[in-house]
Amino acid sequence: MEIVKKGVAGTMQSSDLMVFVEPADSLKVEIESTVIKQFGHLIQAKVDEVLVKNNVTRGFIRLTDRGALDYAIEARIETALQRASAARA
Amino acid sequence: MAKNSLGREIPETFNGKSYIPYTDPHSIKPEAFHFQRASRVLKRNYSGASKVVGGLREAIVASGLKDGMTISTHHHLRNGDRLLNDLVREIDALGIRDIRIASSSVHIVHAELIPYIRKGVITALECGVNGPIGEQISRGELACPIIVRSHGGRARSVISGEVPIDVAFLAAPCCDEYGNFNGFYGPSACGSLGYALVDAQYARKVVAVTDNLVPFPALPIGVAQNIVDIVATVDSLGDPKKIVSSTTKLTKDPMGLLIAKYAATVIDASGYLKNGFSFQTGTGGISLAVAGHVRDMMRERRIKGSFGCGGITGFFVDMLDEGLFEGLFDVQCFDLKAVESIGRNRKHQEMSAGLYANPFNMGAVVNRLDCAILSATEIDVNFNVNVNTESSGLLLHNTGGHCDVANGAKVSIIVCPSIRGRLPMVRDEVTTITTPGETVGVVITERGIAVNDHLPELKAELIRRRAPVKDIRALRDEIYAVTGAPKPVEFTDKVVGLIEYLDGTIIDTVRTVRA
Repeated sequence: MEIVKKGVAGTMQSSDLMVFVEPADSLKVEIESTVIKQFGHLIQAKVDEVLVKNNVTRGFIRLTDRGALDYAIEARIETALQRASAARA
Repeated sequence: MAKNSLGREIPETFNGKSYIPYTDPHSIKPEAFHFQRASRVLKRNYSGASKVVGGLREAIVASGLKDGMTISTHHHLRNGDRLLNDLVREIDALGIRDIRIASSSVHIVHAELIPYIRKGVITALECGVNGPIGEQISRGELACPIIVRSHGGRARSVISGEVPIDVAFLAAPCCDEYGNFNGFYGPSACGSLGYALVDAQYARKVVAVTDNLVPFPALPIGVAQNIVDIVATVDSLGDPKKIVSSTTKLTKDPMGLLIAKYAATVIDASGYLKNGFSFQTGTGGISLAVAGHVRDMMRERRIKGSFGCGGITGFFVDMLDEGLFEGLFDVQCFDLKAVESIGRNRKHQEMSAGLYANPFNMGAVVNRLDCAILSATEIDVNFNVNVNTESSGLLLHNTGGHCDVANGAKVSIIVCPSIRGRLPMVRDEVTTITTPGETVGVVITERGIAVNDHLPELKAELIRRRAPVKDIRALRDEIYAVTGAPKPVEFTDKVVGLIEYLDGTIIDTVRTVRA
């Protein structure tokens, strides 16, 4: 999937997250989370998994997490990617 | 370092004093500490003249407060309190340093004290705190040794003289010039003065601070003239509207309602819901929803309860007015309806923190409790409960009456959602032990009910009623399957605080979080 413009998904409510994606020359992921100490490794793993699944190789992906569960992380990233992708342009 | 019976490492000394590690809920006796009742010098005042000395500054001077002394205030105005901040500002202005604070609690509004801690005006906290002070201490950003005590534990520490209060500055919402006061009336009325009653008896000097000086005598008397040394007047003690800190409405959240329904089932199955029933809840939305179920069952079955207890809310006031309880024991009013009630209804009894929950006397009110609803920040598979630190390791909350009530009540019921912002609430280990699992009867989440081994009959009855009873380890596994297993937070070896159990033994410590 090619990120051609900015895409946002999610909310700042507890147990949710906001995902911001924008075009970039390389792949860069930034994670900020209320539970980074306890779950940073699992959030990172989930982000990597979703990016691989969607063939994202370039772009700036930024997560502001308020303690979302894995399925919410996956759904929010996929939505943000779709909103930023060429298919929707 | 010595390990206590729950496996927590406890330093032998802290801030120059030695402590006994926690062993079990009931066997420690006052003799273990060589405690007696604190003695106070007798005084003679043959003058009938007014004790009003002026404002706060004049009162501090008149009290003889010096470097190194201990002061106290009460927290009945909760986050609306102005007195402690104003007091410390004046103490600083007078150049007094190295003051120990032994207030009944400290709230978010008291974050204003942080610069005075940095400056050395305040050098120790003999009480738990809510909010930024504890957070900064546990981050290692603020140096100030802290001992977290429950309401009953604090009363014990003052009554035994373990924490000798040199000067108690007691907010007195309705006060006369000779020092009689109550909390019932006036612009800063806070209702019960339960925590202050202990300080008034045991502080070396008692200062009544009022924004409402009434003609002599201020009746009814909560604290009497014969133990009040000084009266000070101020513009305002604070804002009683800010007494209400959490929601006082029944929760509408379906998960909370489910937990409340399970809790009602547990109370019904306990066998105590009959004439003479006694009950305590907190102020949270789930607690009130449980109270709603209990009220409905009592109405339906024409049950006359014995007493409601604790911090009292308008909900309990309505139950008293409806005749569902003989009376209420009120250590602090949690809303203005409770404040209004305690001023008019003799069956709404003001209760000192000592009567409420001090373990070292001939029987605290918590001993007479049948069922109590308590909250939790975390619970472990041994039923130990944490309410002091968050899962991030930061010290953000005071104990309140948590371990006192669990210790006294026949069935203590912990209500808690299974997950908060990805954090599993039932875990292998809690970050900090506030309340030992031996005193916890039941843990309820929306995923099911875990019953501790010391209540086999209740467990059997719940299973008979087809309630969703689960082993606490199975509950943990179910939750971990959704959240993932959390990595433990890393701490340094630096102990910055102690968590004291109500009997004075040390149940856990607070260490600084590794950045």
